[in-house]
Order: sequence, then C-alpha cells, then structure tokens
Amino acid sequence: MRLKLGLATAIGAALIAAQAPAMAQDLSKIRYLAANCANCHGTDGNSVGGMVSLAGYDRATFIKNMNAFRSGERPATLMHQIAKGYSDQQIADLAAYFSAQKKK
Amino acid sequence: MSKDFENRRGLLKAGAALAATGLAGCAAVDEAPAPVKKIGRVIVIGGGYGGATAAKYINHWSRGAIEVYLIERERNFVSCPISNLVLGGSQKMETITHSYMGLRERGVIVLNDEVLSINPAKKTISLRKIADLSYDRLVVSPGIDFNFNAIQGLNDEAQKTILHSWRAGPQTVALKAQLDAVPNGGVYVLSIPKAPYRCPPGPYERACQVAHLFKSKGNTRSKVIIMDGNPDIVSKKGLFMKAWADLYPGMVEYRPNMVVTEVDVKGRRLTTETGDRVTGDVLNVVPPHRAGDIAMKSGLVNVNNLWCGVDWITMESLVHKNIHVLGDATLSAPAMPKSGHMANQHGKTAAAAIVELMNGRAPMASMMANTCYSFVDAKNVVHVASVHAYDEKDKTMKTVPGSGGLSTGPTELEGNYAMGWARNIWSDMLT
Repeated sequence: MRLKLGLATAIGAALIAAQAPAMAQDLSKIRYLAANCANCHGTDGNSVGGMVSLAGYDRATFIKNMNAFRSGERPATLMHQIAKGYSDQQIADLAAYFSAQKKK
Repeated sequence: MSKDFENRRGLLKAGAALAATGLAGCAAVDEAPAPVKKIGRVIVIGGGYGGATAAKYINHWSRGAIEVYLIERERNFVSCPISNLVLGGSQKMETITHSYMGLRERGVIVLNDEVLSINPAKKTISLRKIADLSYDRLVVSPGIDFNFNAIQGLNDEAQKTILHSWRAGPQTVALKAQLDAVPNGGVYVLSIPKAPYRCPPGPYERACQVAHLFKSKGNTRSKVIIMDGNPDIVSKKGLFMKAWADLYPGMVEYRPNMVVTEVDVKGRRLTTETGDRVTGDVLNVVPPHRAGDIAMKSGLVNVNNLWCGVDWITMESLVHKNIHVLGDATLSAPAMPKSGHMANQHGKTAAAAIVELMNGRAPMASMMANTCYSFVDAKNVVHVASVHAYDEKDKTMKTVPGSGGLSTGPTELEGNYAMGWARNIWSDMLT
C-alpha cells in the first residue's frame, strides 16, 4: 500500500479513499511508468544491491538529478542517455512516486 | 507478513485515518486478514524474463485480486544474460539459476508443466500433467524456437554435438565443456543467424568471452571465427571491434555475410549459401529463430510465419482476443531489441493493461526502456541503452529522439552496474 499512501500524500487522500475511477487510473499510470526503472533500481525503487535505491528518494533531489543527467551537468555511464527519454511531467510524476515509496 | 497483507493493512489505515474509524479494525485485520475477493484468473505460459515479470506484476498491482498461474516446463529459471560469462569462466551456473519460490511466496501458482495446446474460443489450455485450465486472460511468453531445417545436416543427432547454447541451461554447460577441451591453436566457430535474433550484442559478447577463456588458459594461438549471417556487426560495432583488437590481438576473426546453410559433423565443417567453408574444433551454430512452438501451434504467429504481431498498448495478440504475447516471440517494434530487459518491460505493459481491463478501466499507453550490458572480458563492460514511447499515429513503440546511446569504452564501473542490473532484474521478476 505504499503506492496509495504515497500518492495520497501527493494528490489528496480523500480521492483515494473514494477510489474514484479517474484517480485509480492516474495511480495505475504512474506506477506503470515507474516500473520502467525497476529493472535496474528494484521493484518500487527498492534495489537489492549494486544500484541506487529510489524508494524514499527526496522528490526535489530526484528532479534536480534527472535534470542534471539530461543537461550533461552530472556525469553518468548511461543515465544521461535514459533521462533524455522522459518529459518534465514524467520526471515530476516519477519523483512523486518514488519519494512516497517506503524504503525496505 | 505477506505483501498483500501489508497492502491491505496500509489501505485500511489510510481509510481509517480519513474516516476517523479508529484503529480497532486494523488490529483485527492484523490477526485475520480477510480473503481478497478474486476478480478473475490469468494464466501465464513461460517463466522467462517476460512471463515471470507479467505474473509478478499482475499479482503485485492487483494486490492479489487476480488469480495468477505461471506454467513453466523447467524447474528453475536460467538466465541467458550473464550466461556468456559461464562460458568465459568467470561465473558459475549457480549465478544464473534461480527458483520460482519468490513468486510462489507472493501467491502466484507456479506449475512445473508444459502447455500442449490453447483453445482461444473456449479460453482453456491443455497441459501435459494436469487437467485443462480455463482463463479470463492468457499471457503467452514462449521465447524463441529454432528453424533447424534452415541448415542441412543439423538433424537431431548433429544437434547433440553442434550446439547453439542460445537458451541458457544444459547447453551452456555442454558448450563450456567443449571449449575447455580446445587445445592451444584450436578453432572455435560461431555462426550467427540473420537478424532479428535474440539479444543483438550477445554473439559478439560470446566471441569476447570465448577469446577470454582461451587467453586465460594461455591458449593465445587459438582462434575465434565469427561467421555472421548479417552484412555487419549488428550491435555495438565499434566497441566490440576495439575490444577484439585491444584485448585479443590476432585471436578474433570476423567474417560478414556468412549465412551457414550446411553442417558436416564428421568433417567439423560449416558451409555457407555462397559456398564458403570453415572448419573448427568447436562449431557453435545458432540457427535462425522464430516465435516459440506454442505460439506457432496456437495460430498466434501472423508475420512471415515467424513472429507474433501485438497491440503495443496491451501486448494483446492481433490474432486472438484475450491472449497477450510477450518478449522475443513478438514482431519487435522498430529499433526494439529482442532482449530480456525488453521482455521484462513487455511483461509490465501486459500486467498494467490486464489489471486495468479486469477492473473495467481502459488500458493506457506508456514507455519502455532498455539496457543491454556486454562483458568484453571478466570485468569490463559496455552498454547500449534506449527509451521507447508509444506513437499514437503509427500505433507502435518508437525510440524517443535524443535518448539512448552507447558506452564510450569498456569500464569496470559498468561491470559492477551490469551485475547490479542482473541482481535487480532477477529480483524484479522472481520475488
């Protein structure tokens, strides 16, 4: 339930409790997008080792780092290439999602 | 404590806080969680990178509300990625072999069985060991099978000694034994089929690993000959050519446009469609691929009698409704490799769509990312990465302009990331 709790923080708990279909779909869409990252960074951002965990990652830092990867300001092996594939809105959604995940 | 249980408790707590119903209800749930109301059954055929991921994520995202079966004919999952390192001698089979216990523990019903047929009209499958099972939605993730008929002489008997090892498992062990027996000055020949085939950089990584094995034994007079059915190196060309020149000087020979059409087991010789011949101590012939047998038998193959066309929002077959096809068996979208990483992403796409559809909501288009790491020796690695987004106009996945790319050169840092990738993707699909 980390997802719903997290997005409750992000977008308002009342709507979640009501399980409005539109909101349920927004939740699905963001967790689905975030699953792009899970291959390397672990399910819901909980890495099992060898990669940075994104679960519980500070939201503003996530956005700052992704933007630094995109601009080339922050050196990387491949994250500069991956980060360029995602829009500002998608990065903001990912930041909200991962910041709300409980670190295991 | 199960994840589903944690999930429901968390949801109740969130609800409780809002509705001010107090914590007594939560305490009761702690002791005896109510059974999750099931909203349907999904059967997944094939427990590889695609199928295992789909099974895990349907269970995860539906919080146990969808009953999930995973049918896999092997007892354990054996990973193709990292298997070249077993040939090279720096990893063991244990590293790439994993059980399905993690999926069982989260509530997926994993059956060690083989699907004999699919009845799309009745929505049932028949199995070798147990009675027919019915499904609401079916996920078919069969990987590839080989067109052995494309190569004259590669009959059942010949296949005992001329291995592909393009499906990790017993053939990985058997090829390693053949390679270990090659004397200094001996020749290893790798035949690569025409693209598309599973894992575009895989053959060239294998050439590195075999050369690494020979070199580490001091057999620097031994040779690796690559008979490529393609006109050029298919993936990471500059990086591989530099690795061969820098790390294995004089040991790796690359020959383009070598479509092998005949094997001679006794003469240990391969012949190409243009009459070129090569002999070797070890012949490693990877035949042309097609979608796995169960997809062929079920009529899911609709492109060139080889691949399964799918809807890229849902991974649903373009032939049969309620059947989703994943991974290497699909007709790949433009610039999308047949890779384990990509199959994992397909599994999540199918899982997202199935969870939405079975909850009465519309499925959503999204993104997929890919990373393929290749080891040029025991420690140093190069990558290729890409990001793919759904294109509404052409109804397919396309790479996002400006994204993706290659390593500048092999590094140990990327070697560490490659092993981190492996550990995390295995955990992502199997626990």
